[in-house]
Amino acid sequence: MSEKITQLTIDQVEEGSPIPSLSYDVTATTVVLGALASRDFRPMHHDRDFAQIRNGVQDIFLNTPNQAAWFERYLTDWTGPKGRLGRIKFRMKDSVYPGETMTFTGKVDQISTDEAGCAWVDLSVNLAVGERAVTDCTARIAVPRDADDNPWQRKSDRWKP
Amino acid sequence: MSDELAAELPEVVQGWIGKERYHEEGEFPVERGYIWTTCSSVENGNPIFWNDEVAEEITGGPIAMPTMISLWFRPHLWAPGRTKQAQPLQVHFDLKETLELPEAIMSDNTIVFGEPVRPGDLLKTCQVLHSVSEIKTTKLGTGRFWDIEVRYANQKDEFVGAEHYTGFGYRRSE
Repeated sequence: MSEKITQLTIDQVEEGSPIPSLSYDVTATTVVLGALASRDFRPMHHDRDFAQIRNGVQDIFLNTPNQAAWFERYLTDWTGPKGRLGRIKFRMKDSVYPGETMTFTGKVDQISTDEAGCAWVDLSVNLAVGERAVTDCTARIAVPRDADDNPWQRKSDRWKP
Repeated sequence: MSDELAAELPEVVQGWIGKERYHEEGEFPVERGYIWTTCSSVENGNPIFWNDEVAEEITGGPIAMPTMISLWFRPHLWAPGRTKQAQPLQVHFDLKETLELPEAIMSDNTIVFGEPVRPGDLLKTCQVLHSVSEIKTTKLGTGRFWDIEVRYANQKDEFVGAEHYTGFGYRRSE
């Protein structure tokens, strides 16, 4: 591989530790691009009049599948490319609108190894705008045990997300 | 639409619970344009999506972002011969219509990831309604919660993922 890659291994992860935060200034383009990239053509994600009049909210807002993609990007920025997402669960409490800065923060809740030898990190991740909590997320991501391990090589019985 | 919500769950809805419905194939094969556009939309620079050499070494070739799983089943907004707009989560819309609940939100979403999805894959899906609640009143209005699972497999019948949604269909409070 010619590209220089930084890769986390499980020995570098500690329960209770925070992971680096990510902040991003959301624009109308962020919202519309995210919706159309995920083939979500519903008007509340591109039509401000519809969002305000029909949904009673202040503006168009980030759609669910694109939020999931943001969570994935946030987690794999931390793990490096061998980090393999097993499971993600999120609960949306509010919305993200153009003109706002969204911030992702995360914390390691648990480290474990399953019977197939796969090392897992369970995390809590929060998406917020300032003090306003938007989405709570829990995620389970496989991280290499060492430099020779690669969770992406696990198949069928050796992959238990 | 009747004025009052029926307390008893209609028989037709009871019959949907636990059954696989809407077995479908994606309208198009998994393709890299959407993968790159989605990565771009969240500024995801993970080299397994952008650098074929890295993808070959780590993931055995190019793959899609796992969280894109539902994208491959969102129907075209328009297609030749289609007279009615197709819906991506038909069980959810069936419930809204049958239970006469015009508004709905999704509150919880869980996604489990299996085999990686690769360009050229033609995925298959089905939907399962797991439960429908009693009538509940929240700050949004009065209606019912429901749990729906969407299962995904590739053309080799390998499990590539599943999504669990909790929805709340409701009538707005006056």
